[in-house]
Amino acid sequence: MSTIVPFGPQHPVLPEPLHLKLVLEDEIVKEALPTLGYVHRGLETLASIRDMDQMVQIVERVCGICSCIHAHTYCMCVEGMMGIEVPQRADFLRIIWSELHRMHSHMLWLGLLADALGMESLFMHVWRLRERVMDVAEATAGNRVIISVNKIGGVRRNMSPDQLRWIVQVVDELETELDKIKSVLTNDYTVKKRTVGKGVLTYQQAYELGAAGPQLRGSGVAQDMRMTGYSAYKYIDFAPVVEKDGDSWARTMVRFRELYQSIDIVRQLIAKIPDGEIAVKVKGKPSGEIVCRSEQPRGELMYYVKASGDKYLDRVRIRTPTFANVPPLLAMLPGCEMADVTVIALSIDPCISCTER
Amino acid sequence: MAFETKNLTKNQLVGEVLALKNQGYRLVTMSCVDLGESFDLLYHFDRETQLVHLRLTLPKGEVAPSISGVYFAALLIENETRDHFGVIFDGLVLDFGGNFYLEEEVKKYPFCKVTVGKSETAGEGA
Repeated sequence: MSTIVPFGPQHPVLPEPLHLKLVLEDEIVKEALPTLGYVHRGLETLASIRDMDQMVQIVERVCGICSCIHAHTYCMCVEGMMGIEVPQRADFLRIIWSELHRMHSHMLWLGLLADALGMESLFMHVWRLRERVMDVAEATAGNRVIISVNKIGGVRRNMSPDQLRWIVQVVDELETELDKIKSVLTNDYTVKKRTVGKGVLTYQQAYELGAAGPQLRGSGVAQDMRMTGYSAYKYIDFAPVVEKDGDSWARTMVRFRELYQSIDIVRQLIAKIPDGEIAVKVKGKPSGEIVCRSEQPRGELMYYVKASGDKYLDRVRIRTPTFANVPPLLAMLPGCEMADVTVIALSIDPCISCTER
Repeated sequence: MAFETKNLTKNQLVGEVLALKNQGYRLVTMSCVDLGESFDLLYHFDRETQLVHLRLTLPKGEVAPSISGVYFAALLIENETRDHFGVIFDGLVLDFGGNFYLEEEVKKYPFCKVTVGKSETAGEGA
C-alpha cells in the first residue's frame, strides 16, 4: 500500500521552501511530485515598469547567493544588443567577482551538507572559511552578497594593486585550509555512507533531462558555459571538473574540486589583469533579441532579452540552473530510501529563490 | 549572443523538436513573449554549447502543442508559461492547471501586457 509523505516546504536541510509529495511503499520512494510557488515574485515582469539600468539591480535580487552573475549576464545581453565593447579590465574584474561568488556559494552548500550529515564541526569550519571570501567581497565591493558592481558598460568599482595582492594571499590561505578539509570529506565513513550510490543520475538521464552545472558534470557530461569563453574566460586555462558516478558523492566532489579550480582561475586573472578603464559611457536604448549564457555555481544561467528601442525592455526571461535541475531530481528520487531524500535533495544545491524568481 | 530562429507552425513543432532530440540536442528552456494579439513561443536547444532556437507564433486563444512528451523537462516550463501568460498546452504530461506558482485566487495572467481575467475555457482568457 502506498503512503504519501510531504517533504518540505519547511525542512531542516532546506534553506529555502521546496515541497515534494513523496509516494512511498514501505521506506522506498516510488514517485516524487514537486509543488512550487512559495517564493515566486514575478521579477521578470518588472522589466515592463523599470528601465534597463534599474533592471540590473532587480536581476541581482533573483538570487541571494550568486547575484553578481545574474547582473553580469543581464549586462552582457544589453551590451550585446547595443554593440558596447566593455573595457578589458572590467571583464577581468567581473570574472574575479564571479569566481569569488562561486567559491562562497560552494562553501555555503558544503556547510549545509555537513550540517545535514550531522557534522557540526565541519559545517562551522567551512562557513568560517567562507567568511574569508565574504570579507573580500565586502572590502572590494562594499557589500557581502548583493555586491552591485556590474552596470551596463562595465563595472562600478575598481580593485587596487594592494587589494589584488591581498586576494591572492587569501586564496592561497584558503587552498591550504581546503586541503585539511579534503581529508575529512574524502575519508570520512559517514559522508561516504550517506552519499555514495545515493541519488544516481546517469549520463543519459542528466543529458536528456537538461541537468545543469555540478549535477550535469557529476554524471560525466563535460559541459560548462565558461568553456564558451565569455568575458575574460577566453584568457584563462581551465577544464571542466567532471565526475562519472552521478551520485550525491560525485556532485559533492565536483563542487569541492571546483573550489580549487576557482582559486586557480582567480590567480590567473589577477596575474593577467590589464590596466585601463573599467566602464564606457552608454548612450541610447537597445533593440532586438539576444540570448546570453553564463555559468553560475549551480550551473548554466540563460537570459533572453527582447527590446525595441523604448525606455522599457519588451521581455526579460531568466532560466536559472535549479529550475533545470528539478526534473532530474524527480528522476533521482524513485527507488531511494526515505531517509536519503534529504541528502539527495540537498545534493542538487537547490536555490528556490532563483527557481521561482 | 544574437540569434536566428526557425519559424514553425503548430503542426510542425513536435516533429521538429523530436528531430532535434534525435540529433542530440538538449532543451535549455522556452521563452514566451506577449506580442499583443499573439504570443511568441521560443524554444531554445543546446548541443555542445551551441544553441538552436525554434519560434512558434501562437494567436491568443489557441492551444499550443506540448513538447513534454518529447522532453520531460518541458513540463515545468510549460506550466510556468501557463501561469504567467495563460497559454494552454495540449498533451502536458503533468498539468498544474494554472496553479504551478499561483494560487487559485489569482484571477489574472500577470505577465500579459493587457491584463485580463482567467477564463473557464482553455486559452480564452489570454
